Amino acid sequence: MLTVEEREEIEAELARYPTKEAVCIDAMKIVQRHRGWVSDESVRDIAELLEMSPADLDGVATFYNLIFRKPVGRHVAMLCNSVSCWIMGYEKMHKHLTDRLGIQFGETTPDNRFTLLPIVCLGACDHAPAMLVDNELHTDLGPERIDQVLEAYK
Amino acid sequence: MTQERPLTEAIPLDGQALSLRGYEQVGGYQGLRKALREMSPQAVQEEVKKAGLRGRGGAGFPTGMKWSFVPMGDNAPRPKYVVANADEMEPGTFKDRYLMEGNPHQLIEGLILAAYATQADVAFIFIRGEYKLAQERLAKAIADAYAAGYLGKKILKSDFALEMILHVSAGRYMCGEETGLLNALEGKRANPRSKPPFPPVAGLWGKPTTVNNVETLANVPHIIAKGLTWYQSLSRSRDYGTKIYGASGKVKRPGLWELPMGTPMREILEEHAGGMRDGLRFRGVLPGGASTDFLVEEHLEVPMDFIEVQKAGSRLGTGTMIVLDDHTCPVGMTSNLIHFFAQESCGWCTPCWSGLNWAKQILAAMEEGRGEPGDLDKLAFQTKFLAPGNTFCALAPGAAEPLQSALKYFREDFERHILEQRCPWKS
Amino acid sequence: MGTIYIDGKPYEADPQKNLLHVCLSLGLDLPYFCWHPALGSVGACRQCAVKQFKDDQDKKGRIVMACMTPAAPDTRISLLDLDAVAFRAGIIEGMMLSHPHDCPVCDEGGECHLQDMTVMTGHDYRRAEFQKRTFRNQDLGPFVYHEMNRCIQCYRCVRFYRQYAGGNDLNAFSLANTVFFGRNEDGVLENEFAGNLIEICPTGVFTDRTLRNHYTRKWDLRMAPSICGQCGIGCNVTAGERYGLLRRVVNRFHSEVNGYFLCDRGRFAYEFVNSPNRIRAPQLDGEAISGEAAEWELQALIANRDQLIGIGSPRASLEANFALRQLVGADRFFAGVESKEWTLITTMVEILKRGPARSPSLNEIEHSDAVLILGEDVTNSAPRMALSLRQSVREQPMEVAKKLQVPLWMDDAVREVNKEQRGPLFISAPFATRLDDVGAMTYRAAPDDVARLGFAVAHEIDAHAPEVPGLHEEVRAMARVIADALKKAKRPLVVSGPSCRSLAVVESAASVAKALCSSGQPAMLSLITLECNSFGLALLGTRSLDEAVALTAKDRTVIVLENDLYRHLPANRADAFLESAARVIVLDHLANRTAAKASLLLPAATISESDGTLVSNEGRAQRYYSVFPHQTDVRESWRWLRQPQWSSLDDVLADLAKETPPLSGVVDAAPSSEFRAAGAKVPRETHRASGRTAMTANLTVVEPKPPVDPDSALSYTMEGASLQPPGALQPFFWSPGWNSIQSVNKFQSEIGSALRTGDPGVRLIEPKGEGEYFTQIPRHFARREREWLVIPIEHIFGSEELSRHAPAVEKLVFEPYLALNVADAGSLGLEDGSGEVEIELSGTKHRLPVKVLPDLPGGIAGIPHGLPAAFGEVFPTWRRVERIQ
Ligand SMILES: Cc1cc2nc3c(=O)[nH]c(=O)nc-3n(C[C@H](O)[C@H](O)[C@H](O)COP(=O)(O)O)c2cc1C
Ligand code: SF4
Ligand code: FES
Repeated sequence: MLTVEEREEIEAELARYPTKEAVCIDAMKIVQRHRGWVSDESVRDIAELLEMSPADLDGVATFYNLIFRKPVGRHVAMLCNSVSCWIMGYEKMHKHLTDRLGIQFGETTPDNRFTLLPIVCLGACDHAPAMLVDNELHTDLGPERIDQVLEAYK
Repeated sequence: MTQERPLTEAIPLDGQALSLRGYEQVGGYQGLRKALREMSPQAVQEEVKKAGLRGRGGAGFPTGMKWSFVPMGDNAPRPKYVVANADEMEPGTFKDRYLMEGNPHQLIEGLILAAYATQADVAFIFIRGEYKLAQERLAKAIADAYAAGYLGKKILKSDFALEMILHVSAGRYMCGEETGLLNALEGKRANPRSKPPFPPVAGLWGKPTTVNNVETLANVPHIIAKGLTWYQSLSRSRDYGTKIYGASGKVKRPGLWELPMGTPMREILEEHAGGMRDGLRFRGVLPGGASTDFLVEEHLEVPMDFIEVQKAGSRLGTGTMIVLDDHTCPVGMTSNLIHFFAQESCGWCTPCWSGLNWAKQILAAMEEGRGEPGDLDKLAFQTKFLAPGNTFCALAPGAAEPLQSALKYFREDFERHILEQRCPWKS
Repeated sequence: MGTIYIDGKPYEADPQKNLLHVCLSLGLDLPYFCWHPALGSVGACRQCAVKQFKDDQDKKGRIVMACMTPAAPDTRISLLDLDAVAFRAGIIEGMMLSHPHDCPVCDEGGECHLQDMTVMTGHDYRRAEFQKRTFRNQDLGPFVYHEMNRCIQCYRCVRFYRQYAGGNDLNAFSLANTVFFGRNEDGVLENEFAGNLIEICPTGVFTDRTLRNHYTRKWDLRMAPSICGQCGIGCNVTAGERYGLLRRVVNRFHSEVNGYFLCDRGRFAYEFVNSPNRIRAPQLDGEAISGEAAEWELQALIANRDQLIGIGSPRASLEANFALRQLVGADRFFAGVESKEWTLITTMVEILKRGPARSPSLNEIEHSDAVLILGEDVTNSAPRMALSLRQSVREQPMEVAKKLQVPLWMDDAVREVNKEQRGPLFISAPFATRLDDVGAMTYRAAPDDVARLGFAVAHEIDAHAPEVPGLHEEVRAMARVIADALKKAKRPLVVSGPSCRSLAVVESAASVAKALCSSGQPAMLSLITLECNSFGLALLGTRSLDEAVALTAKDRTVIVLENDLYRHLPANRADAFLESAARVIVLDHLANRTAAKASLLLPAATISESDGTLVSNEGRAQRYYSVFPHQTDVRESWRWLRQPQWSSLDDVLADLAKETPPLSGVVDAAPSSEFRAAGAKVPRETHRASGRTAMTANLTVVEPKPPVDPDSALSYTMEGASLQPPGALQPFFWSPGWNSIQSVNKFQSEIGSALRTGDPGVRLIEPKGEGEYFTQIPRHFARREREWLVIPIEHIFGSEELSRHAPAVEKLVFEPYLALNVADAGSLGLEDGSGEVEIELSGTKHRLPVKVLPDLPGGIAGIPHGLPAAFGEVFPTWRRVERIQ
């Protein structure tokens, strides 16, 4: 069930768009902000609120990479794997991250602290390599910088 | 001679955003005042058309002309929409983020002017989900603009009214394609739409909608405030105004520079980006983001504008260059690019979802030392397969550009991969 | 029309059409996937690529998608251009990258559009050497089997299911080369037209799950043109058999009736034919006897003609009913339908005969631009019609697309400009219907109030129509809105039928149609029938079952034709009627209570094993043909009951036409058995049928003599003419290079329109005059204290008698219930599913769980039609409903 808070936030969005469907991505992001991810149950709940079918909503959910349909850890680290970062040493950063965290892309550390995901160009190409942790951009990465960044997220 | 940099010169150097007050102090919202006071919507359209502003989102479509397709007058369908395309997801492109984080009001004013010119009722800024800082700054700037009477009902006491909504996306490159963007805004899968009907005629919720890039819109207040003669004088070419150029890769000083349109590539790379890092040689460049053809040494003198870059066999695209050096594997770079496009294919048309996936697999195998003699033919076939017109939207042809030019300019590198059954750059 | 040039040759082409449509209509082979004649163009698969040239100087040209390019005058294209050829092969190559190449074990093999197109493009060698992507398949319920690995991402399934059929539980998930088409979780596909996915999918992603239980390749099926007997619409189907087992039913294109689509009841009901409950041998007093003995017994029993009473059937053919009528005499032949329902059916026929409104075909319904439905949940009472009605709401918004000069075949573009706009469709029924999602306005009311709305609309349209006394202001306002919309329409349509068991509802619909006609509108009136031959039986001219029961002649012999009287009479009355007869002769397919009372029980051939004619609710007489020769002692009912002078179906039809003027057209419904194409019969088996000499080799090495068919121009084997036969005799669609059902392209004069040799059937009912207004306007429904007006509720799965015996359909038959609205259930202290009530039906007390139907008007209770507990009850009826403590 959606919480009162989630419901209110979604309803606030509804006022801004001419159709309920238009709010569906926002609605999923709202739930995701509160719970970290969008479960099957949430898909059903949001769909009901927006008068869509769960299949309608899930068709949208599975299209967009920033909607998480699987549980994630407390922090989501997204390493840019696009071209400028690749030139600037993405592969080394990738190896360093996966070694340090002991997980591959798409996995979550056993202590549930990090989920590691690839991400497309973060628009930080002049400070590549770059990564995003929970919406915070970290640039000019090197092994030490990565270690520092990871340290900062408990 | 100090060159004018209208789009960026007011951006604070301390990394903060230019405030509303700060923006007003450097002449912000004067364009809007002037338009509302003394110009009809058609006159604004006309001014922008005459100024020769071409879209900075990649395709270079004349902005004023795009606006002129919107049905005007009392019988026009309502509401009408304008959208700022702030999805910026083209790999190697980072100019719009800079503009939004540094001077959010400039975009807002440009968008209001676009709305006024097309008599739109609602404006969206469609921004990608990862741009958190830009979102925060835009949200604040929009609130400030409402408070100052630049948005809402009776803007600057005129009869013009406009609502502005910041829409945060949930990822996917396809959202940047203007019809995919419309579907995303409507809460759908971001597949592209058939054209015709074009968005200015039937876009969001079937209503007239204009979509413009952030940088395009950032030009508009200046054109209106200072006039087209001034605007045209900014440029060194037949494409007018300034352009925000960028460089990434192993140059000494990667970054962004607002320069006259038509500044030669060599000047940008050597004077502004400082040339290649020590010990590295220039091998090639994607002049305007991931979906443009490679250019090489022989093209360094090309003036960076829509016309000349096209003549050289590529596209100005977003004007943000990605530089390939001689210590970086061109096959690996191409493989990385194609991987991106294959992953971001919306899955609608066959050449794209299947062709790119296949090309991706071939390139990855080649990099891993499993290349085969026929591979280059297969890749060449794919580039023809993905040509414009063969696919539903421009994503796949865009993907074909770096691939076809890499095959042309770096053929020996591909052949070596196959012959040696390894990537020569990997020790 | 203009001239276009294809590979240098000039052709006439309609500029309103796209190039793919034009090329296919010209008989050219141009491959395609995402395009479908009923779904239009979206340009997704890129398979129909051709080269287009600017003018005759242009040698380079550019590749365009034929389906997305208008056939504008002077268009120059090449199909043979090498770039285009290579591109098309490349598309198949791309689609096949992850396709499992599992044709030998795939149910689609041999009739797979993907196979056909692969061969057509010449792609034959796999160059890709990478792992294929794989998916997990879903359980989609008893009808449709899912195998996603075969998917080529053409998007047809979701376009049909969501946009065309209005379903929302199937979708495309994910993106790039991993788009998954399915439900968001395993479960039965909810849409009533899901079975069409089997034909819409160009490969084996969605296949017929019922066929899997007795799989046979298309080429090995013996097939015949048949008519669906599961409701009154009369969809054309092709049924296939092997080894004496009916294997499956697929759509048979008819441009005026079902087009390309069937409903799931029609598609999957066929398995009742294979049911273990089939009556396969004649029985005398419960003992099996031979067919020959049965003939003797029958002759003995009917020797005294004066004592015979014949009970006909709305689900038996015209021929069978006519044979019975001839046997017993017109004055002792009765419709096997209880009087209230029979009055409804005969009134409907009278209304349509009298005019002025004409009964439309489904194609005309699809193109009507304003619709009023009175008292029907069409999806459940005449399912295929609902699919047409769903399309009708697109007619008015199409004008927007026309204004913007968007070609109407550009499906996605048209949907973008039209958005959610819909033309007017008004639905008034006692409860929510499955078309409400596209309804402009819905009105839930008791049958009498549904009728009052209808009469009010008529009065609003034409002041000469009687005024409704005591009309509530809101209803008047609603009537005004509806009247306005209908008056403004170019092709307005009124739909009604027997679901409410209310004469007033039907009459009010007739009044609306008349009012429209009187004000100069070409209004159409479609009246639904629940059984496949209700109108045929009515046109034969008989009286109701009640009148038969009332007869008190002594020593009667009652002959019951394909009818379970216990569905029409309360058990005690049926018992009394049958037990008071000296002899009961029953002809039917499946064991039932009536059959159990027979002294002589005769196995009647089903539609699939016999030839005959049915009259649909449109008034269209259509012939069906036996798919396979029935087994020795199973015979067509008309053959059991035949007159001595009849030796074939033609003889029956000749007499039928002669003796029954309203039905004189039936002989023209299809060619006679004398018909020959190039001197030969039309083969029921494909040119590739295999194993004839070996099929019975385990029993005998002597190849049995092929069965002969005296009744039709079809042969039972592969021998015959390979010319395209007249539409009514088209046993299957198959053409060189086109093995899938999409080979129908090759049989149409223009893609999507009538078969080249004509769509089958004849219309028997045309309006004769100006009609009259009905004046019996019911009073406003008044609920009663502690009593409910019980009405039947139609269900696509379960209401019809035979289809519920098909195992797949049986899985989806409703659970018993009594429906009340929230407040009424609450007044009994109940909520949805929370408890049981007691109600007397057909003279016995029954317990039923309560189901809450929120929209049901207060004072009304609903019972599913086809609920065995309610057999014989005459609806509507006032009943007490008590909660069981
Ligand atoms: C796959 C694809 C992605 C695109 N992404 C963007 C984008 O992120 N930002 C943008 O402004 N334009 C993008 N475009 C271009 C837009 O479709 C459109 O041309 C542009 O927003 C129009 O604005 P302009 O005329 O001001 O350049 C993209 C195009 C394609 C085909
Ligand atoms: S080219 Fe085709 S599959 Fe690729 S993104 Fe565009 S429409 Fe989608
Ligand atoms: S390529 Fe990584 S931030 Fe641009």
